[in-house]
Amino acid sequence: MATVVHRELSAAAWRFYGPLAVLAAFVAAGFAAFLYMETNGHVVTGMDNQIVWGTPHVFAVFLIVAASGALNVASVASVFGRTAYKPLARFSALLALALLAGGLAILVADLGRPERLVVAMTHFNFKSIFALNIFLYNGFFLIVGVYLWFMMERRMNRYGDRAGLAAFLWRLVLTTGTGSIFGFLVAREAFDSALLGPAFVVYSLAYGTAVFLIAAALVLRWDAQALDAETTVRLGRLLAIFVALSLYVTAVFHLTKLYMTRYHGVEAFLLVDGGVYPLLFWFGQVLVGGVAPLVLIYSPRTGKTRAGVLAAAVLVVAGGLAQMYVTIIGAQAWPLAIFPGWQESSSFFDGEIHRYAPSVPEVVLGVGGVALAAALVAVGLKALRLIPDPCTASSSPPPTSPPARQR
Amino acid sequence: MPRPLAAFAVLAVLAASVAWAAGASRVAKPVVAVERPGSCVEATDVMRRDHMRFLTHQRDRTVHEGIRTKRHSLAGCVECHAAAKTGSVLGPEGFCQSCHAYAGVRLDCFECHAARPGGASAGSAR
Amino acid sequence: MSDPGRRAFLGTAAAALAGAAIAPGIRLVELAAARSPEEAASAKVRWGLLVDANRCASGCTACVTACRTENGLADTGRPRTDAQWIRIVDLRDPRTGREARAPVMCQHCAHPPCVDVCPTGASFKRADGIVLVDRHTCIGCRYCMMACPYKARSFVHENLADQKPDVPRGKGCVESCTLCVHRVDRGGTPACVEACAAAGHGAMLFGDLNDPESAIAKRLRELPARALRADLALDPGVRYAGV
Ligand code: SF4
Ligand code: SF4
Repeated sequence: MATVVHRELSAAAWRFYGPLAVLAAFVAAGFAAFLYMETNGHVVTGMDNQIVWGTPHVFAVFLIVAASGALNVASVASVFGRTAYKPLARFSALLALALLAGGLAILVADLGRPERLVVAMTHFNFKSIFALNIFLYNGFFLIVGVYLWFMMERRMNRYGDRAGLAAFLWRLVLTTGTGSIFGFLVAREAFDSALLGPAFVVYSLAYGTAVFLIAAALVLRWDAQALDAETTVRLGRLLAIFVALSLYVTAVFHLTKLYMTRYHGVEAFLLVDGGVYPLLFWFGQVLVGGVAPLVLIYSPRTGKTRAGVLAAAVLVVAGGLAQMYVTIIGAQAWPLAIFPGWQESSSFFDGEIHRYAPSVPEVVLGVGGVALAAALVAVGLKALRLIPDPCTASSSPPPTSPPARQR
Repeated sequence: MPRPLAAFAVLAVLAASVAWAAGASRVAKPVVAVERPGSCVEATDVMRRDHMRFLTHQRDRTVHEGIRTKRHSLAGCVECHAAAKTGSVLGPEGFCQSCHAYAGVRLDCFECHAARPGGASAGSAR
Repeated sequence: MSDPGRRAFLGTAAAALAGAAIAPGIRLVELAAARSPEEAASAKVRWGLLVDANRCASGCTACVTACRTENGLADTGRPRTDAQWIRIVDLRDPRTGREARAPVMCQHCAHPPCVDVCPTGASFKRADGIVLVDRHTCIGCRYCMMACPYKARSFVHENLADQKPDVPRGKGCVESCTLCVHRVDRGGTPACVEACAAAGHGAMLFGDLNDPESAIAKRLRELPARALRADLALDPGVRYAGV
């Protein structure tokens, strides 16, 4: 393995700064949306007192969940000894850091009082899952940062696997924590499930791997290389397993809900008659994000081609965004039952389905966060030696038998 | 010119220009008009230095413990220091704003707190 | 309490004295418990409300109006983003067709989910059971709004002006019914309770749940009252009878 050399991104100046400028423009637009929302207040968004978390949270939570999954490739290499992936481990770690930064930036920008971020970092309510998550995120930056450093610094190489294991465990906790932000909301019928934590872990495996595939393909093309077919296909297989698992936990989640009669109303809303939410669920999350990628990857014609696998990855990302939309916004659209058994109505929209439409600033802010993550990846690649040269995982020993870890 | 000397010269020029700028400052001097007779809750120099500390301390006691003594309460400040003309501690000549503008310190209390006296609400006894 | 003459008398008395007393003896007891301004709220007291839905008169919005006036909650014409600290929920039993209504506000839970989830500790419960938001530390994340089972909280969606001196509030923070803490601290009752009494309905009773001699404790012994969403076991300070 020591033979794999890493280097900085080698794209010509204009091929580097051109795309970077485009990304910067998106980031700037996101920043403008943030300023607009902060000066005028959230009244200019689609969010209100009924739907309190909107499109920014869809993007943010997706990025955060994908961040921990993007570490998969590194984990698979150092924790599970799949040396074939080792050349890409550094890139995997950088991608994870960038995605998390992008997601958190959106979350912070959406706060009512973002200038009080310092307060959030100095006043902790240790009972709060949210506060716990702030710890987990900061820890993730630290641990993955150290992991990346160990991989890059020859003298530290030998600790790389241990740091990788730490990062792997940390991100399991992190994603469970992210899912639990929702799972602990017992009053919301669509949440209130201990399954949300584990479900988010499974989703993160799929989304992170999909984002990694797309990002790696783009970056290597940028570098005038190609993500070699063998690695792509192998990662595609991995992705398929994660997608199948995601479908499985989704099914279990809804079946357990359906088992309890009191949840039939909300389940019917999300799965059958809730308008955009069932559509996003069945068409977006299940079909586009689940069934279609499986078909693409397992069909003999497309599953062995880069294009087929990459298309599957794009579909998984689209399905993931749909899933977040249904999970976060659909759950809020369903009214709280304050007087169970009674039909409620009030000036505060009790007892009715809450409507929500994403507003332009929200979407621009979300896209800005994605662009920020991409820009951070670009800058990181230019500054650090992260790209394997030559980029072939196949140059390493065949991965068929997971080699016993040295030492 | 040897290096330390050069650095010294630059510093001297800088200091002189700062002094000049301060003298010929275009920032208006704060208007500290005290219209109500009587003395403040603390000595003037103490208030000048420490009013924010008093306010923060009182704020936490009021919000969390329900202690509503008048002495260091923001509403108390406003009651005495609101200008007769505008009825407020804000505005270019307002007691709070003019000084904060002069000192260049952000004044965000009044994004949420009333800048004009209003008297306690009725709240009759139980 | 149920005979109309007495109720009418109470209504006038309440209007005259601005919501003074339920009965003279009780009033004396509670006045004795009133704190001086330098005294901190005490855990010996647990403030609560008893809402009697049977007395909540159809079409009446006295409590809501009083709350808006007291706390300076303006109507911007944008109901989806305007703050509502108290609202009347109209109810209909789909099986029997029976109709009812009751005001709903922050229930001042003894085990408040809003406090549990708040990352900064801005949401907190005072010693005397009143649940508040310290808006100096609220970052506006709205997690508490996601967690509250009663949808009691509002987010301030736009810039405000002309706040009440006693009720500071501003853009970007979350807020909810304070049980008129500024009045309670001075020995008063919440504005909604006062207005309901003044309107002659007396559907709300305010007092110390911990004091067996208080009017609310006595009434709670007579009347079958319950907590909303009792299944969640949050032990709210607001209790409902008749729904
Ligand atoms: S009703 Fe809602 S806001 Fe009030 S204390 Fe309970 S959880 Fe908190
Ligand atoms: S919005 Fe404010 S009070 Fe509510 S959870 Fe967030 S920081 Fe706490």
